[in-house]
Amino acid sequence: MTDINLSCPVPLADDDTVLLAHGSGGKAMHRLLESVFLPAFSNPALAAAHDGAALTIAGGRLAFTTDSYVVRPLFFPGGDIGTLAVNGTVNDLAMCGARPLYLSTGFILEEGLPLQTLRQVVASMQAAANAAHVSIVTGDTKVVDRGKADGLFINTAGIGVLEHNRTIAPQAIQPGDAVILSGDVGRHGMAIMAAREGLAFEGALQSDCAPVAEEVLRLLAAGVDVHCLRDLTRGGLASALVELASASAHGIHIQEDAIPVMDTVRGACEILGIDPLYVANEGRFVAFVQADSAALALTTLGAAARQIGTVRGGAPARVTLASAIGATRVLDMLTGDPLPRIC
Amino acid sequence: MKYMDEYRDAAASRRFARAIRRITTQPWTLMEVCGGQTHAIIRFGVDTLLPPEISLLHGPGCPVCVTPIHLIDAAIALAARPEVIFTSFGDMLRVPGSHTDLLAAKARGGDVRMVYSPLDAVRLAQANPEREVVFFAVGFETTAPANAMAVYQAAAQNVTNFSLLVSHVLVPPAIEAILSAADCRVNGFLAAGHVCAVVGYEAYFPLAEQYRVPFVVTGFEPLDILQGVYMLVRQLEQGRAEVENQYARCVRREGNLPAQALVQQVFQVVPRQWRGIGEIAQSGLGLRPEYAAYDAVQRFHLAADITPEATDCRSGDVLQGRLKPHQCPAFGSRCTPEHPLGATMVSSEGACAAYYRYRSLQAETLAGAP
Repeated sequence: MTDINLSCPVPLADDDTVLLAHGSGGKAMHRLLESVFLPAFSNPALAAAHDGAALTIAGGRLAFTTDSYVVRPLFFPGGDIGTLAVNGTVNDLAMCGARPLYLSTGFILEEGLPLQTLRQVVASMQAAANAAHVSIVTGDTKVVDRGKADGLFINTAGIGVLEHNRTIAPQAIQPGDAVILSGDVGRHGMAIMAAREGLAFEGALQSDCAPVAEEVLRLLAAGVDVHCLRDLTRGGLASALVELASASAHGIHIQEDAIPVMDTVRGACEILGIDPLYVANEGRFVAFVQADSAALALTTLGAAARQIGTVRGGAPARVTLASAIGATRVLDMLTGDPLPRIC
Repeated sequence: MKYMDEYRDAAASRRFARAIRRITTQPWTLMEVCGGQTHAIIRFGVDTLLPPEISLLHGPGCPVCVTPIHLIDAAIALAARPEVIFTSFGDMLRVPGSHTDLLAAKARGGDVRMVYSPLDAVRLAQANPEREVVFFAVGFETTAPANAMAVYQAAAQNVTNFSLLVSHVLVPPAIEAILSAADCRVNGFLAAGHVCAVVGYEAYFPLAEQYRVPFVVTGFEPLDILQGVYMLVRQLEQGRAEVENQYARCVRREGNLPAQALVQQVFQVVPRQWRGIGEIAQSGLGLRPEYAAYDAVQRFHLAADITPEATDCRSGDVLQGRLKPHQCPAFGSRCTPEHPLGATMVSSEGACAAYYRYRSLQAETLAGAP
């Protein structure tokens, strides 16, 4: 008799892992919504249980953004894919100078993902949403076969309102602008690398994953003349500056010894041969402000912030770095993934 | 003491730079052998602090760069086998073989994994008894002890599904090859600090005497390199050709004896092909016959063909200090880290990669420099 693999098409009532049926739009999916998503993300818009959320937003201009999250491992020191999915999108809205309000979220779940994992991620998302004062008002769930999705992928899109009339964009950057960095760099990428590769460093590395919207809104409320904001995610501080130099067509000069890097991060980078300027962050941004606003910006942001450089006008639109020993080099875009040294 | 702060101190660097300027009375050409030193020089701009009379040549101290192309091809072929887990340090993953690289082999379904230690590869073999684990054993004398330990432990623990694809090279024969070349312009050497930490620096005394060339064992921080240059220039200005040790906090004259003993137990000196340079006699390490079971070449019956290098790649000249990266016609145009012609553009210790990463946008001004 040939080997027949019998699989009952009716899903078991007590699911502890994600099944293909959870994505099919039927009873299993509704059970998932009611037992996992709705209790966590509870708000009136979501409770309406409609295809989309109808929202009333005061004020004229909106900011709109989207991002997808595929981080591995799902859980890391300082956060998880859920906290990233909320904070990442909140921060992109903040970089437009917007007050973040509403998020949508789409899940692509791998068959076999433990439901407990999903519950933890969802709880993280709601906690992050609360901390960032946003609501998750609409969403979607799909399930793909085992092996097709590394656990789970999340997409979030966000809407925020612009409560000012400024143009905050690379094109607004001017020669003489001060480049302000909101805090120390390199934590997130190194925490992920340590977690992924099973490396244990003394003085544990934690991701800096956090919303930055409050800091940005404080800057604007204080009257700082903000020309451009950029959060420092993949590619790190260096890549963000290179992109902005190119987009604004202005040169940027920065001092290496003005850039704060935690000792633990510096040590981990040195051992692995990685440059902290290129390491991902998830709770840091640079602000380009009018030169005479720099002092106010630093006071508003607090002790962690630093002025790291200035914008030099016109061509060449490069980023130059004065090294710790006084020589100058040019920063370029990251090539591929940072690979550690071999000896 | 926090080494990274102290040895990167700006004021101390300037003092050393001034001291070098004071004692320099004529042009000198110095070579730093180790790729890690090349990168430190370029990254911190150490060479921009030196007087114009001093020119720095970058030597062949990048083991990734000198691994022969046929071994890269062999690695890729092994990685494509379904039963093989191919492990390597990160650097080797993007080095181009004849057609492709290990990262592309991984993208096509090969089980290629980055490890930080060869002992991780042994553990992988123990955890996956039905698979064959191969480790790409690349390096100078610095990484040989760890690789020897991996084989030693695998043998002691009866791990039979583990092997090394060996491409170990030795520094002194490479230096001798450079010194004995007719067009050698090198007046003095900054010897590779970490290689010497393992094997000591006895081997340089006969070279210094025979070729009348000074050696200074040097570290990797900007101040190490500046002090090393100072000591080398001082010898040259005084007409001395001796061996000195700048990196004394890390290096002893006899090196690390237990490490050397382990290497001698597992490895033997063999001839080696150096990519871009050719064969140098007695310049490599291979597994001893009693450890043949751990040699991937024998285990998998790999062919030993010598594959010719792409003709427009000038890595060999760069590695021997005949050409600066920005002087190569393909630099930054046909050859970039995204599509490298040779290993020196990929490896984190390759001179071309260092120049591209830290200097490429100034290449047009460097083009006129010696």
